[in-house]
Amino acid sequence: MRIFCTFFLIALFCFVRSALTQEIVLGLSKNEIGITAFFDGSEILVFGAIKATDELISNEPLGVAVTIASPLLPVMVRRKEKRFGIWVNVDAVEIDLAPNFYAVATTAAFSQVVDPVSDLRHSISMERMIRSVGAPMTVDDPDAFAEALIRIRQDQGLYKALPGAVTLQDNTLFSTSVTLPANLVEGAYTARIFLTQDGNVIAQKKTTIDVRKVGIERWLYNLAHQHPATYGLLSLAIAIFAGWSAAAVFRVIRA
Amino acid sequence: MGLCGPMYIYLPIAEVSVNVFILIGLGGLVGVLSGMFGVGGGFLMTPLLFFIGIPPAVAVATEANQIVASSFSGVLAHVKRRTVDFKMGGVLLIGGLIGAGIGVIIFNYLKGLGQVDLLVKLCYVLFLGIIGSLMFIESLRALGNAKRVGNSKPRHKRTWIHALPFKMRFRVSGLYISAIPPVLVGILVGILAAIMGVGGGFIMVPAMIYLLGMPTKVVVGTSLFQIIFVTAFTTMLHATTNYTVDMVLAVLLLVGGVIGAQFGTMIGAKLKAEQLRILLAIMVLVVCAKLAFDLIVEPSEIFNLSVARGH
Repeated sequence: MRIFCTFFLIALFCFVRSALTQEIVLGLSKNEIGITAFFDGSEILVFGAIKATDELISNEPLGVAVTIASPLLPVMVRRKEKRFGIWVNVDAVEIDLAPNFYAVATTAAFSQVVDPVSDLRHSISMERMIRSVGAPMTVDDPDAFAEALIRIRQDQGLYKALPGAVTLQDNTLFSTSVTLPANLVEGAYTARIFLTQDGNVIAQKKTTIDVRKVGIERWLYNLAHQHPATYGLLSLAIAIFAGWSAAAVFRVIRA
Repeated sequence: MGLCGPMYIYLPIAEVSVNVFILIGLGGLVGVLSGMFGVGGGFLMTPLLFFIGIPPAVAVATEANQIVASSFSGVLAHVKRRTVDFKMGGVLLIGGLIGAGIGVIIFNYLKGLGQVDLLVKLCYVLFLGIIGSLMFIESLRALGNAKRVGNSKPRHKRTWIHALPFKMRFRVSGLYISAIPPVLVGILVGILAAIMGVGGGFIMVPAMIYLLGMPTKVVVGTSLFQIIFVTAFTTMLHATTNYTVDMVLAVLLLVGGVIGAQFGTMIGAKLKAEQLRILLAIMVLVVCAKLAFDLIVEPSEIFNLSVARGH
């Protein structure tokens, strides 16, 4: 009987807690992506439910923002200028950390879902995701470099802003799908889900998606980096064999 | 992922996904041209790889690997016909290996400065421009001459080259000259091979004919022999210092290249030597003009991205 009471109290406590704070229950269509030789991109379905929405304090509608980011890496951004009649890389700014792939999907226009303060705190938009600590003094407009990074990667389909791509039903069920392009880099990708109300983040959840080269892709990549001499010799052996067999085959065909 | 429709392949080193048929097609196209004109085709393939979005460092290193295959394929026929001067090839090779080493050092240094693209493109514009113009003028003249008399060219003219020390006898080429000019030619070609991702035949062949005075029949075989080793060495240097040789890319280019080269040889056999040379000259000048145009005209995107140091 005492044990039963304890369980009951724990269950009640949990229920009260979840009623007070919003909680996101999250699902992914896959949490592993293997880059095979014929990898041509992948689609990820992010879905889930919001618990205890009926306990909301205000009546403002909810918003959901879903982000998927590749691991962050430093990037060198260079700008060309005309020197001696030709276009040459002159200024360079190193962006300390930027994802190679980044997608932000929201239930409505980004500014309606996330306000600037929340964006600053949680780094949700592309502009906030990119971290640039200091540009050299010689560069007069360092912001242009971060903007260029976003523009170039958007053109390549690596950065995606998807306003309205998240559907939210009855303030409870949400889902969105994000297409990952074929030119992905490896690593632990981070999927984040933000539940917002009136622009403020009231709950969030994070999970990882493992993107890895598999099979022959993995093997070749490892060989090239861990045993470069063996890899080089193997490349040459293949080339010599291909050259020899081509000559041999066509000698037979011609004869 | 389907076998129908465009089939993409993910290149493990370049880390980009490319349409398989585009790669095989490019290999085939360049193969046809190299079969027609008897050139390696590296000077065409490397810029084409830039255009389809292969990172320049990967394009240059992988093209070196591919040239090993096409040169090896080509040299076998020449060995059989005894049109390879191994001694001359060896001397050119000594220079070539030194040059390739220097070239990779320059390449890696400029990569750090973010100027490697510019260097590669400037080299292309400069050398394609010079060789293309010379070939164009020469073949126009030859076309004119061919209509009148069979051209009698002066051979074994005594020049400053014959006054240099370290003379060696090159029996197959019928030459007794100093080893210095071939070593220097080898160094120059080696540097270019490493920087431009080419075999360098388009520079070595004219240099062998006009500078060293080698007979035309041994020039192509000897240059192919030297190119195999220099590009193999370059491949190893890029593979071990930059990790930029993409084996999958090389194999796909090879498949197209090997088949294309055979068709090219068939087409080439139907055209006259002067016509062939003038066509090659025009093609070289077109590639040169395109690259020069891109350097001069304001690019649509003046910013560019690269992996920062410390990666």
